[in-house]
Amino acid sequence: METPDNNTLIRINDLHYSRGNRKILEGVNIEIPRGGITTIMGPSGCGKTTLLRLIGGQLKPQSGSLSVDGQIVQRLNNHDLYQLRKRMGMMFQSGALFTHLSVFENVAFPIREHTHLTEEMIRTLVLMKLEAVGLRGARDLYPAELSGGMSRRVALARAIALDPMLMMYDEPFTGQDPITVGVIMKLIRLLNDSLGMTTVIVSHDVQEVCAISDQLYMIADGKVAGEGNPEELQQTETESVYQFMHASPDGPVPFHYPAIPFEQDLLQDLEL
Amino acid sequence: MMNWFQGLGRSSLLLFERTGRAALFQIRIFMGLPSLIRHPGLLVHELYSIGVLSLAIIVISGLTVGMVLGLQMYNTLIDFGSEDSLGPVVALSLVRELGPVLTALLFSGRAGSAVTAEIGLMKATDQLSVMEMMAVDPIKRVVAPRYLAGIISLPLLAAMFSAVGILGSYMVGVGLLGVDDGAFWSQMQDKVSFEGDIVNGVVKSCAFGMVASWIAVFEGYDAVPTTEGVSRATTRTVVHTAFAVLGLDFILTAIMFGDN
Repeated sequence: METPDNNTLIRINDLHYSRGNRKILEGVNIEIPRGGITTIMGPSGCGKTTLLRLIGGQLKPQSGSLSVDGQIVQRLNNHDLYQLRKRMGMMFQSGALFTHLSVFENVAFPIREHTHLTEEMIRTLVLMKLEAVGLRGARDLYPAELSGGMSRRVALARAIALDPMLMMYDEPFTGQDPITVGVIMKLIRLLNDSLGMTTVIVSHDVQEVCAISDQLYMIADGKVAGEGNPEELQQTETESVYQFMHASPDGPVPFHYPAIPFEQDLLQDLEL
Repeated sequence: MMNWFQGLGRSSLLLFERTGRAALFQIRIFMGLPSLIRHPGLLVHELYSIGVLSLAIIVISGLTVGMVLGLQMYNTLIDFGSEDSLGPVVALSLVRELGPVLTALLFSGRAGSAVTAEIGLMKATDQLSVMEMMAVDPIKRVVAPRYLAGIISLPLLAAMFSAVGILGSYMVGVGLLGVDDGAFWSQMQDKVSFEGDIVNGVVKSCAFGMVASWIAVFEGYDAVPTTEGVSRATTRTVVHTAFAVLGLDFILTAIMFGDN
């Protein structure tokens, strides 16, 4: 165990992670300060969600270290890892609500699992969390009856049910209408500030994350390609960062998937 | 030719690797079983959805199998003038073999496939991952109750299948074909041994319950988290359970009745 740092909640040093022969992360260094909103950006498939799963201990890195609140995650035994996870909340891209449970029961799930509170107290807590995300009136609905945006808000209420120190969001804005995006942005900022949490967002929605983040990291080719506050990153001249921040269709991330030359490909087809 | 050998080697390695993973998974389930003491409600819920909801198919199948068996056996036995032996013949067939085996096959089609699909879809929709992130072990919360419910349900369903089957053959044999009522039951009571037949049948169905439940939960948990992956896993559950049950049935029969 490392000595907990008062300012840094998550410290990632020279992290390497591969899936099979494919290298996902190659020597990533990230420091996430307490109390702020840090966003990890990057093109699809660059390993952003993998990084969240590494922070949550669902994956183990091949080398390097990753510590959360002074605890090196990959060295924790099952019991300690589960203790650490009780202080983490995660909102998945799909919402991942339990389809057989109502909205109320979904939010009550972690409270029932980890506390011995009375039904009355659980009800109060759940209604408070649902009120915070504006869905108190939807408590009796089932996930199949919710829109995509509502599902994410319920997932958010469930993730904050135990007032975690760290809240992680996996692509919270993807596929949402502008109103829902606005609501989720407001909720992330509001909950972070009012509950005193540390927030980590993984997203590729540049406008949205620049509006609410205190710090940004940009990942490309398995490495940190840029970091800083939103203004700094917008002005970065690094090619991969520039392409991403300004949505250029071609650049270090090529338009074409790697392939043999087009002419050669056509001739091969003819030969067949 | 070389490619064929390479393919064979690769498939064998994958098979061994998967079997090893399934064995380790079984150990993890065993370690998760004590947690059900704290959450008996989970087990009761699964007993309902796996056991009680399978009753209809078991009762209907048991009844029809018993009726067909009664009719077929009567037509054979009457040639030897021994139609009074219909009771024991049907009872022994059902209690020793057909009850446990057919129940296990029906169970796999009705409940095993449902368990695989449910766990597989939970995996595909990140419900298992979110549970882990909430510091709740999915093996204890999702897998163990379904596994134990399967093991408890299958012997009970097999007993139900055999009982209803005997009733079906009674209806046909005694009710329609005129076999003597007293002979039907008294010969059955005389020829069917509690330890040799009924207990062995129960042991078989317990073993099938373990195998069928193990395959169902493992296939779901190990499914590729896509629509196609879950679909394949569900098919594998039914096919693998059928092979495992039929193979195991031969082994258990050889052990139990081989020296008679």
